Amino acid sequence: MDNASYQREIINHAGLDMLNLSLSQLEKAKEAFLTHDSDLAEEVINTENRVNALDIKIEKDCEKFIALYNPVAIDLRFIMAIRKINFDLERIADHAYGISRYVVDVDKSIPKHLIKAVEFEKMYETISSMFDNIIEAFENKNVKTARKVFKKDKIVDVINVNSFNIIEEEIKKDNTIIAEALILFSVVKKLERVGDLIKNVAEEIIFYIDAEVVKHKRKK
Amino acid sequence: MTLDKIIDPALKKVPKIEVKDVKVWYSDFNAIKGISMDIKPNTVTAFIGPSGCGKSTFLRLFNRMNDYIDGFKLDGKIKINGDNIYKKKINIEELRKEIGMVFQKPNPFPKSIFDNVAYGLKIQGINDKKFIAERVEKALKQADLWNEVKDDLKKSALSLSGGQQQRLCIARTLAVEPSIILMDEPTSALDPISTAKIEELIFELKEKYTIIIVTHNMQQASRISDYTAFFYLGELIEFDKTKKIFTNPEKQQTENYITGRFG
Repeated sequence: MDNASYQREIINHAGLDMLNLSLSQLEKAKEAFLTHDSDLAEEVINTENRVNALDIKIEKDCEKFIALYNPVAIDLRFIMAIRKINFDLERIADHAYGISRYVVDVDKSIPKHLIKAVEFEKMYETISSMFDNIIEAFENKNVKTARKVFKKDKIVDVINVNSFNIIEEEIKKDNTIIAEALILFSVVKKLERVGDLIKNVAEEIIFYIDAEVVKHKRKK
Repeated sequence: MTLDKIIDPALKKVPKIEVKDVKVWYSDFNAIKGISMDIKPNTVTAFIGPSGCGKSTFLRLFNRMNDYIDGFKLDGKIKINGDNIYKKKINIEELRKEIGMVFQKPNPFPKSIFDNVAYGLKIQGINDKKFIAERVEKALKQADLWNEVKDDLKKSALSLSGGQQQRLCIARTLAVEPSIILMDEPTSALDPISTAKIEELIFELKEKYTIIIVTHNMQQASRISDYTAFFYLGELIEFDKTKKIFTNPEKQQTENYITGRFG
């Protein structure tokens, strides 16, 4: 293996670490939110430093790779894609941090019937499955798996759109849950953004492997 | 019509050079194995490929420099400005007035700077001193060397630096006003500053000339050329716009070569 291929492999590995780390942050944030486990939420908050450090390491490695190895064709697409993927994953980890902050800052847990009504767990499961898809797609350079997330993101979008009316109805029924309902609503919004970011990652994986630009192309 | 066709004015022009199914042999060795390509006027085309792939042989077909090599044989057609340059009645001196060449190592004559640039005109039988002086000045200005040598035109060309010598050779080529310039690794013996000057020059010259450059430097090919041709084992593997070759080439062999995975 030549030096450039070796450096590329290191960046690829760091990209995979970032994928696994942000998935882990998101999973822990979900667990902490559903069980109102402030210790677990603290763990997510503390791990944010690791996410930021990895983000900076990848940025620096990419800069070095471009400067020293003048990548072209698939190498160039790889490095361009990984910079964007890294940015998207860092944003996802930020959302996990935000969700965990609610758990630490707010005393009350979210009523179970409210969580069930907005299909919160289905939303989270869909996002986890999308995450599995992009990890597999990235690791095995599998464009077909990357494309699976587009359909799944629509499920996330529908849950997000419906959540407004559902939460409004629940508040009308019981106005003592306003604070919890608003927290849930904002977490749903965060997850909707996470879905979009995972979609962006899938688009970048497709661009890097097939040189096809899919963003802004699909029908809404 | 695609957007590219609307914005690329060169596409509207007829080819400057047309190559149809060209095969070259050196005795039994088949150096070029059936290549066809059109080169558009006022473009820079880079020929890339590993050593021995035939790119220099192919370049030297355009001014018939391979004719002197023992056992050279050509099959196929090469037209420049619509004329078959391998037809029997071709005037090779006239052809070489049309096609200038710059080599890997600067090769000034052991004469003064002025005489080097004036050489091509003098062997054409031009005696008008004023005319020659004007042409020499114009060529040196075009080659971006005038300001550095205007007070020392009588000095030996061999006293110039390598980069200056190469620009002098370009000026010598330009003085006879060709329309095509062939460059065979023109910067491989130069430092980065001299290389940058030659590259800048190529960019400026494109307006008036059709330039073909053989280079082993991938970054140079991507920086300066409009089109890139990748040769391998005597075949033209891929020929396309440089931006296409260096972002998403069609052929795996091309990608492997430009990313340094073989060659």
